[in-house]
Amino acid sequence: MLLALLSLALIALVLGTPLIVREVGRLRARRRARRSTAGPLDELHLYDPGRERRAEGRARELLRSCVNEEEWAMYRDLGFIRVAGKHARRDVDRGGSGAPPYAYLVYPHKPIVAFVSGTGKLLSEYCVEFPDLSGESGGRHRLPASDDVLAKWMALTSDEDRVIRRANMHLVGRQLDPARVRRDLWRLAEWERRRNVPQRTK
Amino acid sequence: MAGAFAAHGDSRAFGDEPIKFLRMKPGHGEVLLAEGDPRVREEEERLVEEFRLQLDEGMWAAVPTTNANSGRREAQMVKAYGDIPQGAERVIFFPRASGG
Repeated sequence: MLLALLSLALIALVLGTPLIVREVGRLRARRRARRSTAGPLDELHLYDPGRERRAEGRARELLRSCVNEEEWAMYRDLGFIRVAGKHARRDVDRGGSGAPPYAYLVYPHKPIVAFVSGTGKLLSEYCVEFPDLSGESGGRHRLPASDDVLAKWMALTSDEDRVIRRANMHLVGRQLDPARVRRDLWRLAEWERRRNVPQRTK
Repeated sequence: MAGAFAAHGDSRAFGDEPIKFLRMKPGHGEVLLAEGDPRVREEEERLVEEFRLQLDEGMWAAVPTTNANSGRREAQMVKAYGDIPQGAERVIFFPRASGG
C-alpha cells in the first residue's frame, strides 16, 4: 500500500515538474521586466526615508507653537494630550476643585478617549480621522502624527460638539485596550505629581 | 483700501502683523499657502481667494488663540475670512474630521 502511494507521488512529481519549472521561469521574467522599466530614479521617488521624519519634525514644531506649555510637555513625555471637556449637565459637575467634569485623551492616529476627571472612569472612545482627500499629497492621506494630534486639539478646543458629532462613538475597548488607557491615566497622574513637586516647594 | 470686502462679510479687523495661511499636508507637515498684510488691498484679495479655495477643497480653518479669561491657549474655528480674529498671526487649514 505504502509502496503504491510512493509510486503515485513520484509519478505526480515527474509529471508536475515541467509545470512548476515553467511557472518559476515566468515569475523570474516578470520580475526582470519590472526591474528594467523602473530605473533607479523611480525607486528614489517611491521611498524617501527622511521625508516622513522631516514632516513629523515640522508637525511637532507647529504643535508646540499652538498648544499650552503643559500640554506640549505632556505630549513630549507621555505621547498624548489631555483636553478638558466643556460641557457639564449638572451644577455639581461644575463646582468644587475647578477641574473639568470630564476630559479627553488625544492620541496620534488613535481614537479620542473620554473619561471622568475625578475618578478616571473611562466613558467612550471616539474614532475620528482627518483624511486629506484633495489628491495633492501624492496618494498620501494620513497627516503626520503630531499634525493629527494638533487637528484633534484644535477641533476639540474650538468646536467640541462638531468633532464629537462627526466621530464614531464606541465603548472603550473597540480599538484601544482599556488596561492601557488606565495605565496612561496613571502615568499622567504620576507625571503631574512629579511636575507639581518643585512648584510646591518653591 | 481697507475693508474693501466688508459688504460681502469677508473683511476682517486688522492687526499690525501680516498673517500666514498654513495647511497641514500628509508627507509634508505644514505648508505655507499665503502670507500677506490684510491692510493692503492686493494682499487681502489674495488672502480671501486662498481662504475660499481651501474651504472649497473641504478644509477646516482654525486660528490658535489665547483665552482672555483663563489665559490658556485654544483654537477658534473660522468659517469665513471675516471671522479671523483681530491680531491673528496665522490660520491653520486642516482636513475636516470624519468618523474613523
